[in-house]
Amino acid sequence: MASFISLVLGRSGSKKGRLILSGIVSLIALGFKIALKDNHENGYHLITIILMILATGISGLPIMARAISSLRYKIVAIDLLVTIAIIGAIFIGEYWEAAAVSFLFMLGEWLEARTIEKTRSSIKSLLDLAPVTARVKRNGAELEIPAEEVVIGDVIIIKPGEKIPADGKVIEGFASVNQAAITGESMPLEKELGSSVYSGTIVESGYIIIEAVKVGEDTTFAGILRLVEEAQDKKAKTQKFLERFSRYYTPGIILLSIAVYLITRDFRLALTLLVISCPGALVISAPVSIVAGIGNGAKHGVLVKGGEVMEKLGTVKAIAFDKTGTLTKGRAEVQKIQTTSALSETEILEIAAVGESFSEHPLAKAVLRMADVKLKKTDAALQLDSPENPEMIIGQGIVFGHKNTKYRIGNRSLFTSLKTQDGSNLEELLSNEESEGRTCIILGTENEVLGYLSIADEIRPEAKQIIRDLKKLGLKKIIMLTGDNEKTAQAIAKNLGLSAVHAELLPADKVDALEKIKKDYPRVAMVGDGVNDAPALAASFVGIAMGEEGSDVAMETADIVLMTSDLQKLRYAMGLSRATVKNMRQNISFALAVAAFLLAGVLIKTVNLSLGMLVHEASVILVIVNAIRLLAYKERKSFLAKG
Amino acid sequence: MTTKTYQLETLSCPSCVAKIEGMLKKTKGISESEVLFNTSRVRASFDEAELSSDQIKKNIADLGFVVLNEK
Repeated sequence: MASFISLVLGRSGSKKGRLILSGIVSLIALGFKIALKDNHENGYHLITIILMILATGISGLPIMARAISSLRYKIVAIDLLVTIAIIGAIFIGEYWEAAAVSFLFMLGEWLEARTIEKTRSSIKSLLDLAPVTARVKRNGAELEIPAEEVVIGDVIIIKPGEKIPADGKVIEGFASVNQAAITGESMPLEKELGSSVYSGTIVESGYIIIEAVKVGEDTTFAGILRLVEEAQDKKAKTQKFLERFSRYYTPGIILLSIAVYLITRDFRLALTLLVISCPGALVISAPVSIVAGIGNGAKHGVLVKGGEVMEKLGTVKAIAFDKTGTLTKGRAEVQKIQTTSALSETEILEIAAVGESFSEHPLAKAVLRMADVKLKKTDAALQLDSPENPEMIIGQGIVFGHKNTKYRIGNRSLFTSLKTQDGSNLEELLSNEESEGRTCIILGTENEVLGYLSIADEIRPEAKQIIRDLKKLGLKKIIMLTGDNEKTAQAIAKNLGLSAVHAELLPADKVDALEKIKKDYPRVAMVGDGVNDAPALAASFVGIAMGEEGSDVAMETADIVLMTSDLQKLRYAMGLSRATVKNMRQNISFALAVAAFLLAGVLIKTVNLSLGMLVHEASVILVIVNAIRLLAYKERKSFLAKG
Repeated sequence: MTTKTYQLETLSCPSCVAKIEGMLKKTKGISESEVLFNTSRVRASFDEAELSSDQIKKNIADLGFVVLNEK
């Protein structure tokens, strides 16, 4: 009995227990009310009154206590509206209404807390991905320690099914690693000697030993967590507006109710007005959508820094892309080997590789990479010969000997004659390649051209499709900003179907170019790799960084970080932003509609206190449930089929 | 000047935020404060000569919110 009294009067006791008790007592009271035919006109029997006041007390006292404690700080909140309504209802003899309103309000609050947890669940599940323990080798002994005690330089052993506890480099072993925690992609990646691995990612099969490079709060994973946590509470503009609105709204409703009472002398009408005007659904509409949207993004490798960015991204009308590393893979690759002689393509590649092994030029490296892949496919043990008496001619190429023949490799200025062995028109071939944005390395002897290799920074395979999809999403202008030469830039722009291109830009020029675009399209997003594009990212309406597993700089300067260098994430982010804004608007209009509907119902006296409270609480929960739908947001099938 | 972060039980209504914010603003000794709705956290910078962390926790609890931990 003592505990029962303390539960009723005190602030202790679980909310759930209080709720159930209040529900039971209310039901018993309702039973008496029906059996004894108690109602407002007939009056109530004492037993019904006692039971109903008891039920009201169980659920209502904490509400009243909160209302009073807030009043001490001169804050008028929903609690106060409900408290006035409860006391008022008892005062005019509406005991049942009092019990129902306080019970429904408490039930609503409890359900809201449960459901709202859901909207935050993706972020919570991200937190759960944090590594817990680490198996390190110190002084020759293997020991298991908490992940946060790992220090830089520790040698860590990771077995299948285990989480990598620090950012590091593989020093032994081979494993396939699921990096979903960082990139949102669950396709495992192969990691071998020298590969970088990230904290929070999981070894699916194999076994690796790594050396810790970044630990604890400095790891990429910790950075993502920090960013997402902060992002959740960066408010959207709509949200800020709604909060300001509710600050004046609640006291306003009290004044309005008083005015209604003074004019109509109808106390019940004034009380009902008080209850149905709680702005619950409206103020919660924006934050629940935003947090669910951010959570969804974080799970899919799209980090959105806060509600405002989420709102802005969906309204973007133009996009400026950096070229290298964004639209292209950021690395020169041999695209084509052309022979103009009796030699096969493989022979051309082999001789070219022998010569280029003398050079450090990026184009030479592309040739060597190609040779490494292609020649070793047929003969794994193949060792390329060293060039004989190689001689570097600056700005032109290399002259070298190989198997008793003297070769030249380089650009056209290295050749006195462009005569080909098979009689094809080299001039024409070369100018074709160049108009496609490729650079050619020519291989020849002293007096003949044997063939050439055309090299380009390869366009990402998905780029063309994504550009098309972005246009479909309503983007008016898609522009490329690049430091590359005009010819190459134009070729890529044409290939991808871009609206415009600004070539031969220095990093500082990119900001100027962006400012120019802004004159026509103030809402221009900039997509870059985040390292050398930082100023342009900052100058844009929305800065989007594409980082291979997210670089620190990218995470700091950009508004949105795509955790993989996959342009499909850009389309995903765009769609997600729009879905979030749409969800938020649905919530706001729904909340407003319910409020208007209730108000009308009250004025024509079809909605009473408890029905008003029921509808109000139900609307709050519907708004939350609508936001939860965002967690399941996926791209439209039409995109995925082609993507 | 000390800055502390208090983790509260899930905040489910933005009006709770307004309440706690109002309390923090009117509490003497707190120079800067922030209530984070989505993470259900309270961040406050205060002068320990004027106010103890326990007092802040008590004030929050008085408004009806459970403080889970402080950092």
